[in-house]
Amino acid sequence: MSGPVMRDDDIISLPPPAARRKPMRESLLPWITTPLLVLLLIGTWHFYVTTTKLSAFILPTPYAVWEAWLGLLQSQRAWNNTLSTIYVTVVGFIYALIIGVGLGVLLGRIRWLELTLNPFVVATQVIPKVALLPLFIVWFGFGATPKVIVAAVLAFFPILTNTVLGVKSVDTGHRDVMTSLNASRWQIFWRLELPSSLPYILSGMEVGIVLAIIGAIVGEYLGGNAGLGFMLVSKMNGFETDGLFAVIVQMTLLGFFFYFATRALQRLLIPWHQSIAIR
Amino acid sequence: MTGTSTAIELARIEKWFGSGDDAVHALAPTNLDVAEGELVVLLGPSGCGKTTLLRMIGGLLEPTLGLLKVGHKELWSNGNRQGQALSELGMVFQDANLFPWLSVEDNIALPLELKGMGKAERRERARELTKLVGISGFEKRWTRELSGGMRQRAAIARALSYNPKILLMDEPFGALDAMTRDTMNLELQRIWTETKKTIVLVTHSISEAVFLADRIVLLSPRPGRIDTIINVTMPRPRSLDVQATPEFQDIARTLRHRLTEIS
Ligand SMILES: Nc1ncnc2c1ncn2[C@@H]1O[C@H](COP(=O)(O)OP(=O)(O)OP(=O)(O)O)[C@@H](O)[C@H]1O
Ligand SMILES: [Mg+2]
Repeated sequence: MSGPVMRDDDIISLPPPAARRKPMRESLLPWITTPLLVLLLIGTWHFYVTTTKLSAFILPTPYAVWEAWLGLLQSQRAWNNTLSTIYVTVVGFIYALIIGVGLGVLLGRIRWLELTLNPFVVATQVIPKVALLPLFIVWFGFGATPKVIVAAVLAFFPILTNTVLGVKSVDTGHRDVMTSLNASRWQIFWRLELPSSLPYILSGMEVGIVLAIIGAIVGEYLGGNAGLGFMLVSKMNGFETDGLFAVIVQMTLLGFFFYFATRALQRLLIPWHQSIAIR
Repeated sequence: MTGTSTAIELARIEKWFGSGDDAVHALAPTNLDVAEGELVVLLGPSGCGKTTLLRMIGGLLEPTLGLLKVGHKELWSNGNRQGQALSELGMVFQDANLFPWLSVEDNIALPLELKGMGKAERRERARELTKLVGISGFEKRWTRELSGGMRQRAAIARALSYNPKILLMDEPFGALDAMTRDTMNLELQRIWTETKKTIVLVTHSISEAVFLADRIVLLSPRPGRIDTIINVTMPRPRSLDVQATPEFQDIARTLRHRLTEIS
């Protein structure tokens, strides 16, 4: 062998400064495009209503909706209704979470139980759950309970199926590790099965929370005297279209809030997962 | 006396998968004793039952027939794994099988956590181990931030954490490139010398086998059984240059010829 050997220890290379680690454009882009698109949408809406001179009963101007929404924020009754919807959603969702994850873990681990219960699980999915509401009202009255149940029943299915999938997807190599360490069943559950299924459970929750809101609102809509769903009906009956829109805005904001709450939960609970790492 | 005591005893260990017409005879009755502190390499063509044999020794698979003792204790009794015998064993798999939701340090200390050791003590032990396997400074990282070779190092550290007498390794470096593999072989030799473990290692690589082994057990397929046993007496510590010596090449050639005959 001959010839000089190149060495490059003279070349000093520094890591990129911390602030620029993430691609700037990607994280900033939605903050620019989203407001722009919203403005465009509202502008089109405003332009359409004013040029066609559409009746405010059909479609109010964006400004009228804004005014109505501000009015909503100042009304104690509207806040009570919002809180009531939040209550129904959260309580229904928590029931769905407890039962969905609990049952999901059992079905994912015990084959014969899964085979036995599967037809019933599918039945809970295909049954038009909203159609059960009158029954719940007959059984539980006009209070919050029947709505909580509808919210829970709707949110239950995605949480259950995702939990089952999560428990079944536990890596066999990981299981071997626990077996060779002589881990107890309990340890295998807490140290392996639960953390390994958590990403699945959380994405079930992401879908479930949105369904719980729908359940709550539809419940209030069909048989209630409180909540945003109930408000929707009364605004409709009073021909207050701008108010109707204001309630829809309120519901949408609620949806965003819950959705981002579950996303925050994901960041908190599964920071190791690639779905979080990439973002 | 103690130096020649047996760490692992297999007496007519046999394995069938399935039953009836579909049954696969994965391993014919096999006898093998591994001495304490010995480094035995299992070598053989694909499907000859190396993994099956190692998983039986590791308590992950129950032998269909035969007697299996680890550290003079029976590993199986009435279809139950014996925890006492199991705690003498540490396993390293082809995939590192680290848990992605745990930091490197927590992965390494997982066996200790399962055994109920306190947090501070675990952390300290993990620190010692990362130093031993050469990944100091990576304790707090997620496992996905490690390279393939570093993951295997972490997996070895995890297997060593509770200080088992025996290390079982199934193609631990099979997924690594040739250069990293050489480095890992040197490292394994060093770790083995420092910790004085008994090691049973499965590999496809003839040069890895000759480089590492005290004894090479060559298995032949259908059904899997021991074909030849070769003692490798080259002095230690061996450097990578040993591969150029006539003795090394003789053994490698013998193995290569025999392997082509039996596969
Ligand atoms: N769980 C199983 N069920 C049925 N047959 C199996 C099972 N595991 C292994 N076998 C069979 O047993 C034989 C030995 O397999 P084994 O995995 O031990 O081979 P190996 O020597 O490790 O091969 P490789 O070098 O490819 O990893 C093969 O014929 C395989 O098909
Ligand atoms: Mg194998």
